[in-house]
Amino acid sequence: MDARVSDPASFVMEPTDQGFRLVAQGDWVIANLDLVDDDLRGLNGLAGREVIMDFSGVTRLDIAGAFVLHRTLRDVENARASSGYDNVSQDFQILLDEVAANDHPCDQEPMPRNSLLMVLDRIGETVEHSYQQARSIMNLCGQVVVNLGQTVKNPRRLRVTSLFHHMEQAGLDAVPIISLLTFLIGAVVAYLGASILRTFGAEVFTVELVGFAVLRELGVLLTAIIVAGRSGSAFTAQIGSMKVNEEIDAMRTLGLDPVEILVVPRILAFVIMVPILTFIGDVMGLFGGILIAWVQLDISPGMFLIRMNEFIPINHFWAGMIKAPFFAFVIALIGSHEGLKVEGSAESVGRHTTLSVVQAIFLVIVLDALFAMFYIEVDY
Amino acid sequence: MVSRHSDVIISVEGLRTQFGSHVVHDHLDLEVYRGEVIGVVGASGSGKSVLLRTIVGLIEQAAGTIRVFGNDTGQMSDEERRSTEQRWGVQFQDGALFSSLSVLQNIETPMREQFSLSETLMKELAEIKISMVGLGSDAAPKLPYELSGGMRKRAGLARALALDPEVVFLDEPTAGLDPIGAAAYDELIKRLQQTLGLTVFMVTHDLDSLHAICDRIAVLADKRVIVIGTMEDMLASTHPWVREYFHGPRGRMVTHEA
Repeated sequence: MDARVSDPASFVMEPTDQGFRLVAQGDWVIANLDLVDDDLRGLNGLAGREVIMDFSGVTRLDIAGAFVLHRTLRDVENARASSGYDNVSQDFQILLDEVAANDHPCDQEPMPRNSLLMVLDRIGETVEHSYQQARSIMNLCGQVVVNLGQTVKNPRRLRVTSLFHHMEQAGLDAVPIISLLTFLIGAVVAYLGASILRTFGAEVFTVELVGFAVLRELGVLLTAIIVAGRSGSAFTAQIGSMKVNEEIDAMRTLGLDPVEILVVPRILAFVIMVPILTFIGDVMGLFGGILIAWVQLDISPGMFLIRMNEFIPINHFWAGMIKAPFFAFVIALIGSHEGLKVEGSAESVGRHTTLSVVQAIFLVIVLDALFAMFYIEVDY
Repeated sequence: MVSRHSDVIISVEGLRTQFGSHVVHDHLDLEVYRGEVIGVVGASGSGKSVLLRTIVGLIEQAAGTIRVFGNDTGQMSDEERRSTEQRWGVQFQDGALFSSLSVLQNIETPMREQFSLSETLMKELAEIKISMVGLGSDAAPKLPYELSGGMRKRAGLARALALDPEVVFLDEPTAGLDPIGAAAYDELIKRLQQTLGLTVFMVTHDLDSLHAICDRIAVLADKRVIVIGTMEDMLASTHPWVREYFHGPRGRMVTHEA
């Protein structure tokens, strides 16, 4: 049934008095062109000769086939005026005319320039972009704060359904994975402590190690990183798809504020849920530590807790917990901000989702370092 | 205009499509002849686009046979399917261009996947197609989101034509275009159909298109093709929906002018 491959395209060159006669044969259709394209390009050097293209042997012709023949005739340097086509049926002539009428090379993408200039260009672009990015995040942050203020003044503006929806999705649904991961990390820290501290005969300090590490840093940091990867990215994708779908524009024309409707409930949900998740993470991390201390060091859970009570003041727990709402705010802000920056295409949604996760985790760790310095300064 | 009625290029027999318990088509029969422009009309939700998608194999039918170029699409081997796909082109409603590729790369994609052509030749052929569908040469390096709706449709058509197909399927080609743009698009389809000898299967709502370029019109209603024929046949039909459609206020404007 498929006649396309049955009769390959070919041509022979017959010398004539003035030049050549190119006798084309077979099916000159797109599927067959790889057979003749290179040979045809090889003919460009036939300077000053007459070239007659004979179509008598052509069984089928399509736009692609007509184009390569047209191009060959066009490119033969200084072809004589008497050059042209011969034995062309009416159907083929239509195609040749169509091709000739549409032979306009397209604009090229700009050629790469001097490589040094390009490097400088990119550095400049990145700096400028970072500055714009920081400005636009601060801008959104300002809008959110204003919106939150208005919500406090007039609580009916708060989208309660949306708030609880996000609290469930970003908070409640994340409990299993956060529990599991913090449990494992707590266990790993205890195990590490046990094996190293034992060489000094100081294995009992494993309790302090686990307690400090989990309560001050690991619980909150792990929670923030998981939440950024899990829900911050989801915010970007959700808001981004709405942007692509022109839903955000629709909201604006209806006099609705996307920041109030989309961003504020997400940020509030995060600020409420991340501390709770951090608390769960702390508990599970300690639980992992207790288990390993019990199995590896024969420190019973009761002893572990008594020692913790004695040697780890409660302020270490608060030092971790205080950070949680700040991290939550930053992650939700970045997620929403990247979502609002999506433009046009599905590819853009993907790019901004990745950016959102990277930026959120970056900022969380930077913020954590700032907190650590602050705590040292105030001796907390 | 259509003189080769005997040559059936697509035939649909006893087609049934359903989503869950919702039956879209039942006992639907349709024949498309080589070289004609057939327009499929019907109320919103009557399954026009579903029919198009079923013929090109994007939706599986629950019953019935679809033959394209004489091959039963349900029983094709992968090899046959591939060679059939080389012989048709589909233009989706909003172009369905690959959003991460430029217009030029979009048109090159089917060539790259199906044949072993050199990069230069692919580019040259894509440029011809861009010009044939009436896009300016500045459109080639642009990404789909930088184009207007009408330009996206043209770029989608250029991609559908990339492999010089025998049949093109158009899903609402003029929807969303201004009347001048829509008329120009109709002209374009007609011109391409005549120069390339294409068979055009077109889903449309546009009475002007139906009048200007369709050789035959098939009306989808009650899950079947209820009437099929020329514009004169449509005007003579007594089916209430067909009367309403072609004799309604908008239908009258088009048919009276002619």
